[in-house]
Amino acid sequence: MSYWFRNDNRLPQERLAASSYVIVGMITLLLLGFWKLQIIDSDKYGQMAERNRVRSIPIIAPRGRMLDRDGRVLVDNYPSFSVLLLRDDMAAVEKNLSVIADGLGLSVDDLHEQIANTAALPKFQPIVIKPEATPADVAFIESHRADIPLLEMLMVHRRRYLPGGFMAHASGYVGEVSEQQIEDSNSRLRPGDVAGKSGLEREYNDLLVGTDGMRRVIVNSVGKEMGRLSQQEAVPGKQIQLTIDYDLQEVAEQAMAGRKGALVALNPHTGEVLAFVSRPAPDPNDFAIRVSKQEWLRLNTDQDRPLLNRVTQAQLAPGSVFKIVMATAMLESKVPPESFTAFCPGYANFYGRMFKCHIFGKGGHGVVGIHSAIVHSCDVFFYNVGMRMGIDRISKYAKMLGLGAKTGIDLPSEETGLVPSEEWVQRVFHRKWYPGETISVSIGQGAVTATPLQLAYMIGGVASGGIFKQPHLLKDVQTVGEAHVQLAEDTVEQVTQGMYGVVNEGGTAGASKLPGIEFCGKSGSAQVIGGAAKDRYGKGQKKFKDNAWFVGYAPRRNPEIVVSVLVEEGEHGGAVAGPLAAGVIKAYYDKKEKRNGQSTAQNQKPHVERGVANNVQVEEPKAVIKPEETAVLVPTATAKKDRPE
Amino acid sequence: MVKDAAGSKEYDYWLLAILAAICAVGVVEVYSTTHGSALAGMHMKQLRWLLIGTVLMFVLSRLDYHLIMDQAPVLYIIGIVALLAVLFMGHTRFGAKRWIPILGEFLQVSELVKLIIIIVLARFFAEVRTDELSLQDLIKAGLLVGLPLALILKQPDLGTALVLMPMLVVGAFLAGLKWQHAAVAGLAGFLLVGAVFYPPVSRHILKPYQRERITSFLHPEEDAKGSGYQLLQSKIAVGSGGFWGKGFGNGSQNQLGYIPVRYSDFIMSAWAEEQGFKGVLLALGLYMALLLRLVQNAQRAKDRAGMFLVMGVTAALGFHVLVNVAMVIGAMPVTGIPLPLMSYGGSATLFVFLAIGLVMNVRLRRFVN
Repeated sequence: MSYWFRNDNRLPQERLAASSYVIVGMITLLLLGFWKLQIIDSDKYGQMAERNRVRSIPIIAPRGRMLDRDGRVLVDNYPSFSVLLLRDDMAAVEKNLSVIADGLGLSVDDLHEQIANTAALPKFQPIVIKPEATPADVAFIESHRADIPLLEMLMVHRRRYLPGGFMAHASGYVGEVSEQQIEDSNSRLRPGDVAGKSGLEREYNDLLVGTDGMRRVIVNSVGKEMGRLSQQEAVPGKQIQLTIDYDLQEVAEQAMAGRKGALVALNPHTGEVLAFVSRPAPDPNDFAIRVSKQEWLRLNTDQDRPLLNRVTQAQLAPGSVFKIVMATAMLESKVPPESFTAFCPGYANFYGRMFKCHIFGKGGHGVVGIHSAIVHSCDVFFYNVGMRMGIDRISKYAKMLGLGAKTGIDLPSEETGLVPSEEWVQRVFHRKWYPGETISVSIGQGAVTATPLQLAYMIGGVASGGIFKQPHLLKDVQTVGEAHVQLAEDTVEQVTQGMYGVVNEGGTAGASKLPGIEFCGKSGSAQVIGGAAKDRYGKGQKKFKDNAWFVGYAPRRNPEIVVSVLVEEGEHGGAVAGPLAAGVIKAYYDKKEKRNGQSTAQNQKPHVERGVANNVQVEEPKAVIKPEETAVLVPTATAKKDRPE
Repeated sequence: MVKDAAGSKEYDYWLLAILAAICAVGVVEVYSTTHGSALAGMHMKQLRWLLIGTVLMFVLSRLDYHLIMDQAPVLYIIGIVALLAVLFMGHTRFGAKRWIPILGEFLQVSELVKLIIIIVLARFFAEVRTDELSLQDLIKAGLLVGLPLALILKQPDLGTALVLMPMLVVGAFLAGLKWQHAAVAGLAGFLLVGAVFYPPVSRHILKPYQRERITSFLHPEEDAKGSGYQLLQSKIAVGSGGFWGKGFGNGSQNQLGYIPVRYSDFIMSAWAEEQGFKGVLLALGLYMALLLRLVQNAQRAKDRAGMFLVMGVTAALGFHVLVNVAMVIGAMPVTGIPLPLMSYGGSATLFVFLAIGLVMNVRLRRFVN
């Protein structure tokens, strides 16, 4: 044995024994640690393990479709894939970013920005980096599942609207829910859900949305789906049928193409809206994916205001169309009496100021009674009537006939227009009403404004003898709001005869005469700003051109259809707006005739038009107008019954 | 002087049985953690390592430990040179230079150095003739361990470097460490640990990834995907196992990959999830039996040299078990120390078998003069 070893056998037995106790103590401490985790906190960690393992993936319910009155599809869905980026492993994301950007046709900068914008969200929550995957994207993701396990696809249903902004302002559009909508929904909606943002999409959102389903899957630590636990199918939203007639809508869309304005067609018997056009219109398909900030800004700052629903929201001077209110008021109140006539030399003086008739410079209308005043739209006649009637009486009748209040159409954000009165001027401007203002209001200028829908509603109601049906777009409503205004038979007869004359007796819309159809109506050319200012800035300037109005209907009494047309800066109501209304009414009668002929010949065999099945069965339970909607309407209706004797 | 050891009946069959049981649990769990993944078949590789280890263990047990300890200075120099070699031309894996290629496999030099330090310290303390360890000797022992420790820290491999400390502490304790020295050393150790956990100081002495581990240990929620995530997932696995466990191959944390390096450093986590507290009782019971059996072998050693050798092994294995298992239950930061005989790994397995070989060596010669 070597020098260092001297058979030294002094073993520190006490300290060795102490080592044993240390070992026992150490193992005991470790076991206590396991006891704490596995026995005391077992449930808590069990739940955490379950949360790790199970991921709930929503199955998006498709929204209900929208059909026209004949069952043709107006708004539909199509399946689409969103590309999701899993961000659990940010290092891997950074490493593969350029490959991903390249494969999906995105820019690296854009991806960086999207990731930065969502940095606050929890890491396990994937973000949508491309809302609509192309087939090439799908192929890219599938082929790189193994080497880039960062991309996922989520099947969603996207809204498909008819192209070119067809019926866009009626249908509205969908988008991600706003904070306000989440609040209003009693937490039924979650961030990221899609909801109607405007139009019918918004109005009937509760009907259209389905109930999302849920798929519970097992995922591994990198988020890959390893198995399925359960699946709860989505319940699709309810299909709704509209009162819109696709054929009429198309004629209306074509009539308004390239113009700025609105066209709305109603059936005054029922209140059904047959066509609904507001132009310019955005293409709601653009919103169905994701609106870029720039696009949204452009739409909002566009001088032509494409987001304004002109049918229900354009509050403009009604111009001569208002003379129907004046004529009705005169005949009902007998102020001045029915036999009243005025002499029109092309102008008249009131309160020291000259008011021109539209014929000014081309002579005058001569001696004018109520009938020819309507037919030729003589301003001087109505100046005189208004002066005698006074603003408060005008205001009372205008309100009675539906102006200055919402019609109650089933669309959000309808405007009321304005019917001025002495009280209104006092309340808003704290001044007295100038008598000269009454003269302007008498021909639908000045402070009075109305929407295209209100004018259709008003003329439809008067021509129907005082029965005003609440306009609506949903076909299967149980109750339609109705207002009765008691009008004397003679009043209705005289006013409708006047409107018949406008078209058929060489009146302001003589060119729009339709053979075989009792097409009546009233034109209007409303100044956008005061005539004085117009003179100052020069007549040629386009921005000061008159708005052209025409509200036409047929037949003369108890009309089936009333069409209100507004062409902003169209200048001549009769010449510009009139033919557009005539076109829609002609299309209505053509279709009616065709259908009658067919039904007698083919015993009501279903037919196919434009490749769209005409006889789609609508099985959904009947949608009802929301109770609050009806509730709103009732007081309006009672108010209108307060007809002065 | 050198006599052949006694016959095969002198082997510690209890120790071998405990060893075999732990290895069996390890292989089963390595299979469970890897069979469904790209690493499938790893349990067979582990079996191969166990086989090689067993052979080496028996070979080493036949060579008189006094002969081995004779060569302690040479072994020490070999160890230092090997550590230097690995620093200059070692193979870098996982961001650290720890491996050199031998026989077509990458071996961790520091595992070999652990073994050498056990032998060197045993030799050093065996030569201490006094009943009490003088300060001079304590400092010498400290320097002896300090050099390789510094080189291992340089790799960097904090885990293995730390393992050298309990060898020194246990050796000094058994060599008659004075309580005053123990108190001073304890205070120094406490201050060092304090420094590691105190950011303004740790900034200067720890590598960024090490500081990150300390931070994530103290505040796991701040680091949901780093090593804090690893500790949390390990705790979830252990806790969700409950008393009975989820059953073999049924641990979701294990099978779905939530447990980090589940076939190696976190294998106890996978075991605890699938086998529950009862399985933990079994595994830790086996480790306790192993360690106590080692101490018993030390108590029955023929001489101080043999006793120090066995207790050096005990210190190393005990520290491995403590640090690894404490990490699995989230009571210690992630250090990268594997669980002896259960964690998959060639070098680590060979180290344990060679160390047990030394123990057998001592046992075989307890009645020899």
